[in-house]
This record gives sequence, structure tokens and C-alpha cells, in this order.
Amino acid sequence: MIVDLPSTTTSAVNKKMVELRERGGAVALGRVLTLVIVTDDGGPTEDAVDAANDASREHPCRVIVLARGAKRAAARLDAQIRVGGDAGASEVVVLRMYGPLADQGASITVPLLLPDAPVVAWWPGEAPAVPADDPVGRLAQRRITDSAVARNPLKALAQRRASYADGDTDLAWPRLTLWRGLLAAALDQPPFEDVTRAVVAGAADSPSTDLLAGWLAAKLDVPVTRHRTNVDGGLDSVRLVRPSGDVTLARPDGRIGVLSQPGQPQRRVALQRRPLRDCLAEELRRLDPDEIYQAALESLPRVRRGTGSLRKAVS
Amino acid sequence: MSIETTRWAGRGWVNPLHDPRDKRLPRIAGPCGLVIFGVTGDLARKKLMPAVYDLANRGLLPPGFALVGFARREWADQDFEQVVHDAVREHARTPFREAVWRQLAEGVRFVQGTFDDDGAFDRLSQCVHDLDRVRGTGGNHAFYLSIPPSAFPVVCKQLSRSGLAAQDGDQWRRVVIEKPFGHDLASARELNAIVNDVFPEESVFRIDHYLGKETVQNILALRFANQLYEPIWNANYVDHVQITMAEDVGVGGRAGYYDGIGAARDVIQNHLLQLLALTAIEEPVSFRPRDLRGEKIKVLSATRLMQPLSASTARGQYTAGWQGGQWASGLLEEEGFAKDSATETYAAIALEIDTRRWAGVPWFLRTGKRLGRRVTEIAVVFKRAPHLPFDSTATEELGHNALVVRVQPDEGVTMRFGSKVPGTSMEVRDVTMDFAYGHAFTESSPEAYERLLLDMLLGEPSLFPSNEEVELSWQILDPVVESWESGGKPQPYPAGSWGPQSADEMIARTGRTWRRP
Repeated sequence: MIVDLPSTTTSAVNKKMVELRERGGAVALGRVLTLVIVTDDGGPTEDAVDAANDASREHPCRVIVLARGAKRAAARLDAQIRVGGDAGASEVVVLRMYGPLADQGASITVPLLLPDAPVVAWWPGEAPAVPADDPVGRLAQRRITDSAVARNPLKALAQRRASYADGDTDLAWPRLTLWRGLLAAALDQPPFEDVTRAVVAGAADSPSTDLLAGWLAAKLDVPVTRHRTNVDGGLDSVRLVRPSGDVTLARPDGRIGVLSQPGQPQRRVALQRRPLRDCLAEELRRLDPDEIYQAALESLPRVRRGTGSLRKAVS
Repeated sequence: MSIETTRWAGRGWVNPLHDPRDKRLPRIAGPCGLVIFGVTGDLARKKLMPAVYDLANRGLLPPGFALVGFARREWADQDFEQVVHDAVREHARTPFREAVWRQLAEGVRFVQGTFDDDGAFDRLSQCVHDLDRVRGTGGNHAFYLSIPPSAFPVVCKQLSRSGLAAQDGDQWRRVVIEKPFGHDLASARELNAIVNDVFPEESVFRIDHYLGKETVQNILALRFANQLYEPIWNANYVDHVQITMAEDVGVGGRAGYYDGIGAARDVIQNHLLQLLALTAIEEPVSFRPRDLRGEKIKVLSATRLMQPLSASTARGQYTAGWQGGQWASGLLEEEGFAKDSATETYAAIALEIDTRRWAGVPWFLRTGKRLGRRVTEIAVVFKRAPHLPFDSTATEELGHNALVVRVQPDEGVTMRFGSKVPGTSMEVRDVTMDFAYGHAFTESSPEAYERLLLDMLLGEPSLFPSNEEVELSWQILDPVVESWESGGKPQPYPAGSWGPQSADEMIARTGRTWRRP
């Protein structure tokens, strides 16, 4: 069910939500968190809400969408409440803020937060320079940004590093999870040998590639080089150099990964890009500081930039 | 809840990419393959093959994973591949992705033969060796015996004879078996001996799919992560516990297996006693497999039937009736059952646990086919408050507080407590509060078989009952079945009802009633 409340206030929204629940149209489920999505009106709002609805099936939540409208307009707050089939397992409140209200997202959010439940802030588009200092960011235990959609992704990632605070995370990080799992599992197999050097290759504007390089530098404590590939499609390949032979994991076609180890046949594994909802669901699974992400960020300066660009660092 | 013991180190070398703080890192099995015996069965098609695909789709299977089917059918690899494809298409939980399927299909093989055919097992052995070479399965193979237990001895012997069961060095061989783990203590011991003769106990994984369910693992979180429940989780506050597994289906088409086995052996011995064990255990010092299993063994070894058995057990057999808008025929009219079959389709027993925590608390376990609806739940029913400072008329509708773990469907937790009825007078009535976490819709909340298959491939035995648990469970149940077999017949109950009259009388003797789940 979708209820529009044009030119309204948050207390009217609250009242309406309670009324909707009492009328029985929307059954109250145990909600485990409030997810605040901050976007510009007309930005990637609906995609973000869809992803949040999907993720809400795993993490029942209240979703508050703050859509910033034109600042030059008169002060005005439009609300839309979606419950039931239109909102997955969540309840969604879309708030469009105009005029002076456009910058008042935090004060508009406060009355709508679930009592005593964690708050997660998510910027599906451009993120503030310092998420932890942003008024909405300050309300949240966890702040999710997405450097991959920034105008300059690598600069955005550098900014994440400069402004890191506990509770920050970036969707470039969960996009890496399967790669990291496969690499860790590959080293679980004999020969149990130290890696001496690592090479990571990916699209020039792929923050995930940089983060993976940072993670390897932090964990392996060896020189890591990051090369650029000319094709799009994010992360392309990783090579871990060992005395007895290299472990390489490559994804030449963007869908199937190929793992090669000395003395073993090439193994193939499905390694398609993770959809947004999976990344978001993974983010919502943990609300404590992610020390490993922090370490990967902090190790970014240790990553050497490969000269020139090459199709595959593997060959 | 993750009950993990990860072996991160090999020969003293520690993998630097693992970090206990890195909770995102998925547990991906090492190189391995899975051989399924009985691929033409329902379980293989509806559960195992889809679970394999879902694991692959979630990126949790090792690169180069191999799936080998073994059956009597005259199939080529491609035919079996088509069977797996259709099963995945129809039953997989996660969306079908051509890329995932193609790389999985590369590792699908089929070996044709019967269990007594030496040549077939030699071909299987050859196939497994080829896979090691072509797919890089590294000599690690699991054998899933989705076959009747009567075939276990010959298959185990063949696996041993053809060298398939032999594990050397870093390689492993594991065997997965399903219920029934015998039909009484003696046969369970015999079965364990046969399997253990070929596979050491740590390589034997007994699948009880209930233990792979999120809510069942959540019992441990609920009990041991909270301060709220543990203080009242004992005989001082708990009046009794009811564990129910009700099914709305009959046993039509399963006569070969079910006739002579009955509900008690089919369900109580494994599922319900495992649920009892998890509900009743003391806090394990850790969730390492050894510690958890140790606590379960302690509880099971202290569990006794309430005596006399004639008054504390009940059995029934469904008769024809209207169930949920459909006419259901009675057991005796089902094909394959004798007209005078004494097989029970409903069983209820009462148990006591002789520990300080549970002394005097009755545990009622019931299961049945063709009952009111499909539901599995654990209801911990608390004592009434010792004193109620209300007029007696105010609390007439107040029952016992209860905490209900809903295992399936609609997984979650329900609390029942008294609340004031709105209005000017003071009147207290039972209300319920529900919590459901992690619905089964997402890719990330796995189906039980996925979880268990993955745990098995990782060599993580926490969620699999050990042979000692199986034998203890039979030891508990055997006297019931013996007393039933010594005379009498199950009492009839109409399909769609909640069981026979005698079950209601059995619990009424203790001054209690069954919950309507």
C-alpha cells in the first residue's frame, strides 16, 4: 500500500504509520534496524529502495529515504509511506525535502527512527566528504558509501581513507568478498608457503581493485602492484607470487573466474559481479567497526602503481 | 549462529589472509567432489542437486567442483547433466544463471552400475581419479549415500574394495548417510560398525536436516547469548516442554519404507530427540564440535521415559477424512499397507531428564502424519505466577506463559504472556508476540541442506549427530516400540485432526493440555 502525504510534517507521518499498522493493513514485524538512504531527488532513489526492500527480507527494517529537492524552492516536506507488498519486508518512508528543509535531513529523520534500534546511513550516490561528520551520518552506527558511483571513484576512495571513522564502510568492499574468500581458500591448500609479491589488475576506475591491493598489502605484508586494464568490468585478476609457483585468479569475461595453481589443472568458478542487494544485505549483517576494511584502506599508499596499462597482469 | 572451527594452518604455516575479525570472509570448501548414490531418488532431485547449485551460485563451492552420480539407469554423462539441470531449474532457491550452471556442468559425471557390480565401482574409482586430474579435486571426495540402509553394507564394502574409501596424506574421503540410522539400538550399532569399518567416525556425517535450520541453531543463540532466558530455563520456572512435529501429508507411496517403521522411529528418534537435546543442554564451554556434542550426549544419557509406558505414551493411525478441503484416505487404504497394519502414524511420548536443571519437568514429544497443519515447534511452557494479586475473575483467561521456537514453516520465536484487555475493568488475557528474523527468501539465508553440505565439505561436524547420540536416542526409544509391539493397536484418528484421543488423555493425566500449534 502506498500513502502520499503532500506538504506534511514528521509527526503527521508518524501518526499515519501507527494508524496504518492499527488498521491492520501492515502487520508489525520485529524490525531490527532503521536504514536511512540519502539521495538527491531524481537520483538513484528507486534502485536504492528496491535493493533495500530485498535486503529487508534478511534484515527486517524501516527504510527512510531522504530525497533532497531544489533548495531555491519554498520550504516543504512531501512524504510517501509504503507498506506491505510495495515495501518488501520493510516499511518505507520517502521524504522529499525542498527549500531550506533540503539540508535538514537529520532533524527530519530523528522522530522517525525506531526506538533503541541501530541506524544505518547509506548514500547510494555521491557521499559527503566526511560521512561521520555529516548530520545524518552522526545519527548512524554504520555509514555506507559507494565510491564506485562517484564522479572520480579513486579520488573518492582516497577521501574515504582520509576521513575514515569506525562504522564507515564502502560498497566497493563487499563487492570483493568472493574474491577474497577464493584467495584465502587457495592459500589454505598445500604447499603452505609464504607469498613474496602480489599483482592486482583491474579497470582504471575500479575502487574494488585498489581495495583488494590494499587488503593484500595489509595482510601479506609484501610488495603489491596495481595495474590498469583497458576493459571495463572492475576487477580483472590477481596474482600471488610464491617460490613454488604463482596462484592466479582471473576473471577475463567478467562472469567466470579461473584459478590457476602450479601442478593443478585450471579450475573455473562462477564469479559474477555481486548485485547491489547482496552487497547491501552483507553490509547490514554486521554493525560493528570493520577493522579489516580499515586496514585495507590504510594500506592503500603502500600499493605500487604499475606503469602503463596492460590487458592482463596474469600472462 | 556460526559454530566454526576453521583450520587455517597447514603444517605449522598460518594463512595470513584469514583473520578472526574478518567476519565477511566466506568459508569456501577446498578442492573436492561429491559422489551421490541414489541420484534418481526424490531427495537427490529436490534437495541435493539444487543445494549444490545454490552453493555454487553463492560462490561457496571450490573452483573445479565435481558432482558424480551413480545409479542403475543407462545414462550417459549428458543425460545425467540434463537431470541435474532440470532439478536445478525446478527446485533451486537462487536464480538460475547460465554462467554458474555451465561451470558446474563441466564437473558433472555419471557412472552406471549396480551396487554389487565390481566393474561399476572400478569405473567410479577411475572417474574420481580422472576428476582429480582434469578438475583438480585434489583427491578429496565425499560419498552421499541417498540409498536404503539395507544397501549400506554392500556399498561400503565396494568403496573399501575399490580403494575409494582410502584417504592418505592431506586428502580426505567422507561419507554422508541419512536417516534412518537403524531401526533400534542393535541395528544402529550394526550399521555404525559397518560404516565405521570403512570410514573412521570423524569421516562419517549423519544428516539430520533439522539441525541445518537457522531457527534450530538460533536456540543456542537465544539461550546462551541472552541474559533474559537462561535464569528461568530450568525446573524452577518451566512447567513442561512440548516438542511437536506435525505433517499434513500422509505416507502414500512410501509404504515400502514406512510400513513397520512408524512415526516414533521415523521422527522421534532423530529429529525430536535432537531438538530436545538442544533445548535442554547445559551451556557448552565453547561451540567447538567436541564440546557441543559432549553436552548433547550428557543430556541424552540422562533422559528417561516416564513410567508406566501404557499411561505415558500414545499412538495413532489416521483414518479417512476431509483434510483442508481435500478427501484423504486412511492409512489402511493407502497402497502397500496391509489391511491390518499396526504401523503408527502418530506417536507421543513423555520423558524426564534426570538432572538438577530439569528434575520433575515432563517433556512431551509428539509427531504425526495427516494432522491439522504442517508445523514444527518447541514450546517451553512456564509455571503460573505463584500469586496473582487480581480478582479471581480477572485472570480466568490467563494461561501459562510460553516461549515457542517455531522451527518450520514461518521460522521465528513467539512469546505468550498475559496482557490487560482494553476497557474499564481489569481483565488479563493471553496474547502473543512474534519475532521472525531472516526469511528464507534471500540468497544469504541458506536452506538446511546447503548449510549441511557445505559444513560436510569443510569437515565441520557440529551440526551432525555422532554415533553415540544416535545410539543413546535408540536406547531411549526402544522400550516404547517394544511395548507397542507386544500388543494392542494404534488408535484411529481422522485425517486433519490433531491426533488420537489417547494422546489427549495421556497429557491430561499430568494436568496439562497440548498446545494447538
